[in-house]
Amino acid sequence: MTAHSAIQPTHVTVGDAKDKNWYIDKSFEILMFICGISAIIFVVGIFLFVFKEGLGFILGDMNFSEFFLSQKWRPTSLNKATYGILAMVAGTAAVTGLAMLICLPISIGAAIFIAEFAKGRTREILKIVIEFLAAIPSVVWGFIALSIMNPLIINVFDVPMGLGVLNSAIILALMAAPIVTSIAEDAFKAVPDTYREAAEALGATRWQTIYKVILPAAKNGLLSAGLLGVGRGFGETMAILMASGHSINIPTSVFDSFRALTATIAAELGETAVGSPHYQSLFAIGIFLFLITFIINMTADFIVRGVRKG
Amino acid sequence: MVNSTVSRAKIKIEVKDLSIAYGGHKALGPVNLDIRESEIFGVIGPANSGKTSFLNAINRMDMMRTNMNVTGNIRIDDIDTRNWRNVYALRRKIGVVFPLPVGLPLSVYDNVALAPRLAGTAGTQAQLDELVERCLRRAALWDEVKDRLGHLGSLLSGGQQQRLTIARALSQSPEILMLDEFSIAVDPVTTMRIEDVLKELKSEMTIILVTNLVQQANRLADRTAFFLNGECVEIGETEQLFNGQAKDQRTNDYIGGKFG
Ligand SMILES: Nc1ncnc2c1ncn2[C@@H]1O[C@H](COP(=O)(O)OP(=O)(O)OP(=O)(O)O)[C@@H](O)[C@H]1O
Ligand SMILES: [Mg+2]
Repeated sequence: MTAHSAIQPTHVTVGDAKDKNWYIDKSFEILMFICGISAIIFVVGIFLFVFKEGLGFILGDMNFSEFFLSQKWRPTSLNKATYGILAMVAGTAAVTGLAMLICLPISIGAAIFIAEFAKGRTREILKIVIEFLAAIPSVVWGFIALSIMNPLIINVFDVPMGLGVLNSAIILALMAAPIVTSIAEDAFKAVPDTYREAAEALGATRWQTIYKVILPAAKNGLLSAGLLGVGRGFGETMAILMASGHSINIPTSVFDSFRALTATIAAELGETAVGSPHYQSLFAIGIFLFLITFIINMTADFIVRGVRKG
Repeated sequence: MVNSTVSRAKIKIEVKDLSIAYGGHKALGPVNLDIRESEIFGVIGPANSGKTSFLNAINRMDMMRTNMNVTGNIRIDDIDTRNWRNVYALRRKIGVVFPLPVGLPLSVYDNVALAPRLAGTAGTQAQLDELVERCLRRAALWDEVKDRLGHLGSLLSGGQQQRLTIARALSQSPEILMLDEFSIAVDPVTTMRIEDVLKELKSEMTIILVTNLVQQANRLADRTAFFLNGECVEIGETEQLFNGQAKDQRTNDYIGGKFG
């Protein structure tokens, strides 16, 4: 053996054949690629469909300032149809905001309890109950809004009607709570135990450990939990249709009735002639909702990334 | 002569019939030993011998672990640790350095300022600044981080993070400092720097040094205990143990590198 022969490339022929495992690996790679691509195709397809249906309206009858700044949604008026979504945007935003004010403290509190305090059985039972809450269909929540929350609000606050912002926000908060709780819990779970031990060894109480160390460490996950809740608020339809009172009106008090963007589409789309300006204007609302969700998701992504880098 | 002066030193921690079990499975004990004020007390022994469990019992971390069962007594300054109603105050007297550095996801400054802030002893901003600087200097880290106190502590290098945890442990002015295999993830040069720091700190606090490097115990510890599979085999003057004067043959074998 000379020094040169040692660096000669040696071709391994026996072990280098494409064996069964190689083919399985390759097929899985292709399969996963198709799955990944199909998700993109679906999203793009849906967007194109919604966009195509709404495009005629956006280019034709739509007046941007009227659409965003007018409260008058009168698509069926015989004299002059007006398409203003301001009241609906205001209603949806107000309800989502109030719902998050109710939902986030409760959900994060519940997540803290499950992740940091509850042990064994208590914890399992809690998780099951919360999962059960997530499985309740939207229309059942609407039913609760109408038959339980409505009289309750009328009695407790002595107001003439219990359907509106408060009712919807409570229902929405309850609907979003399970998913927000479980994402927040995952965020707490992801905080390594070594952080907890280090903090406790410094003499931190349980509460101090949570407040000073675990919450800051979990803030990315909590943020995405909150944004998911917001997304849920903008997208929820059936329960809100039933809980809101469905009258077009910029709410000035939590007892006011309002109308949600989604509920408008759901309630009116079936009654319109395909291709009519009214039909198309509903698709324009759909595009608007689509963009909002897109912006929320992008913001979440952006913030989470920024936090990670800092 | 030497022995008589040492034995007159005040006893800081008195451990009596200490046994530790996890869910019925015994991990350590019974242990009987005294740790004197201002000494470095070394604990050596192979993996699984119960060293970390021993430290966890001293600062009552067993409260966090439902399956950890501690029996016997640990008295610090003549008070049984079980009689402390406020265990958080007890833990503030004891600084801990873990085997793998735990830079909390806070800035370098906030890592060191955390304990005083938690205890409500942070004082004015100027006082806190001074404390943070002093602790970082004593941990031999100041020069490397003084320009980036606002950076995330968890982004420092491993050796720097380990010194950061030492600075953090010092920030509560502990009476006792417990180090658990601190050099496991640290390069030899940094290890030597930390060892120098410990020699200086010794005059102010009692140090318990758990180490899997027997020579580290030899370099630093005044007295050393040898744990093996949950048994406290021997406690003695470090010098004697390392001079081959250990009473138990297993100690000689371990120190001589015959096993473990
Ligand atoms: N949280 C725990 N739950 C169950 N058993 C544990 C726990 N912590 C330690 N033990 C057990 O206690 C015994 C002693 O472990 P300990 O961590 O005290 O050893 P050690 O001497 O520190 O070892 P090493 O040198 O590897 O760190 C081991 O058998 C271990 O499995
Ligand atoms: Mg250990």
